[in-house]
Amino acid sequence: MRIRVDPDKCQGHARCYGLAPELFDVDDYGQSTVIVDEVPPELEDKARLAIANCPEYAIEIISE
Amino acid sequence: MTHTAPVTDWASDFDVMDPRYLADPFSIWDELRQSCPIPHTDRRKSSWMPLRYEDVTAIAHDVEHFSSLKVAVIPGDEDEEPDNFDGPNLEYGLPPISADPPLHTWTRRLLLPWFSHMRVDSYIPLTRDLCQSLLDGFAGNGQADAAAHYAQQIPVRVIARILGVSTDLADTFTGWVRDVLEFADDAERRQRGAEGLFQYFLDQLELRRQHPGDDLLSELLRTEVEGEPVDDGIVLGMAGLVLIAGVDTTWSAIGSSLWHLASHADDRRRLVAEPDLMPTAVEELLRAYSPVTMAREVTEDIEYAGCPMKKGDKVLMNFPAANRDPEAFEHPEAVQLDRAHNRHVAFGSGIHRCAGSNLARMELQVALEEWLARIPEFSLAEGQEITWAGGQVRGPRVLPVVFP
Repeated sequence: MRIRVDPDKCQGHARCYGLAPELFDVDDYGQSTVIVDEVPPELEDKARLAIANCPEYAIEIISE
Repeated sequence: MTHTAPVTDWASDFDVMDPRYLADPFSIWDELRQSCPIPHTDRRKSSWMPLRYEDVTAIAHDVEHFSSLKVAVIPGDEDEEPDNFDGPNLEYGLPPISADPPLHTWTRRLLLPWFSHMRVDSYIPLTRDLCQSLLDGFAGNGQADAAAHYAQQIPVRVIARILGVSTDLADTFTGWVRDVLEFADDAERRQRGAEGLFQYFLDQLELRRQHPGDDLLSELLRTEVEGEPVDDGIVLGMAGLVLIAGVDTTWSAIGSSLWHLASHADDRRRLVAEPDLMPTAVEELLRAYSPVTMAREVTEDIEYAGCPMKKGDKVLMNFPAANRDPEAFEHPEAVQLDRAHNRHVAFGSGIHRCAGSNLARMELQVALEEWLARIPEFSLAEGQEITWAGGQVRGPRVLPVVFP
């Protein structure tokens, strides 16, 4: 599974970082980025949780 | 202008300061979402109030048609400057909250690093110490006002530390903020609060100019934007914003959460027994008891969802009602401490997402953790009245609780 954060949609709610700091980082301005190339299988549920909690619908699945 | 008569038609004549709305806005939202999801009123000013998640978030993202230049739910404090204020022009209000791009963009970037995750983590020890010392004061008494003696005391002191101003003035700060936000219908109080707050910060800016520190005020004075220092009026507005937005809001969230835990013994016991639930519980309490409604101003005549909105109309962005929309949340009326899917907009949506959301979330979590560690069993004091503030910010102001 590969995911990305759309920088134009992300507004810095930081819900993804709160839920899955293994997958996301947030900079000083609240911009979130995915820090893994491939989501490890054991973290796929966490990735889906982050997607389902983003108030800006900013996290996308690139490939399953 | 009359806005004191009891409301009989919520669809065409609503009033967010009506006693019924202050006591129980939830049932009013539920009724209106079925019959008229964007009610209107002419009280105070022609205003619309979207209640559905989809409408609130769509309007929040349409900054072209819905400006943030006037964000007060109760009109007044934005349309006037304090009468007795001898300082720089405050025409920009409280940027970035009362600004549209481009002013919004750069003023927001100046504030955001002060409320980043890493920075907020560094405020945890002082917040925890503060909560513990407040609890030391009343935990042995068997009773307390959880709003006035606890919730109200926390965010104002943390934000004072960040601004670099004296925590001894916490009660004064709280008074000014309440005058501006909660008693805005009373022009005299509103004026008094704004005058006190801006005059205080004007004096503080002078002090910082002479003796700069590592606080937010000093940093704003040091900052240059495109080679120029930031206009004093903008610095003052930003300082005022940080205090105003950092006090009433989080205190309300802490108070509402304690009200919930005092009145829902099952949830309270579960949270004590399963502390790992705290992160989802915090999000759920934020969703269910979102404190903040912000306004927008319509920039040109526009029809939105069949509503003929006129240039200059207000739109009250009812984030709390959006978070109770059954189209967006399963069983929104139920507080589920382990709610896994919770795309709530307690901190707003779009470019004006609350700049202090990391701080607010941390303060709420630490305040609840420390309270539950010291007072795991508590309930509402029977027969004693609870009072709620509402309008722009909803939360309990008197919350008597008892404990063993």
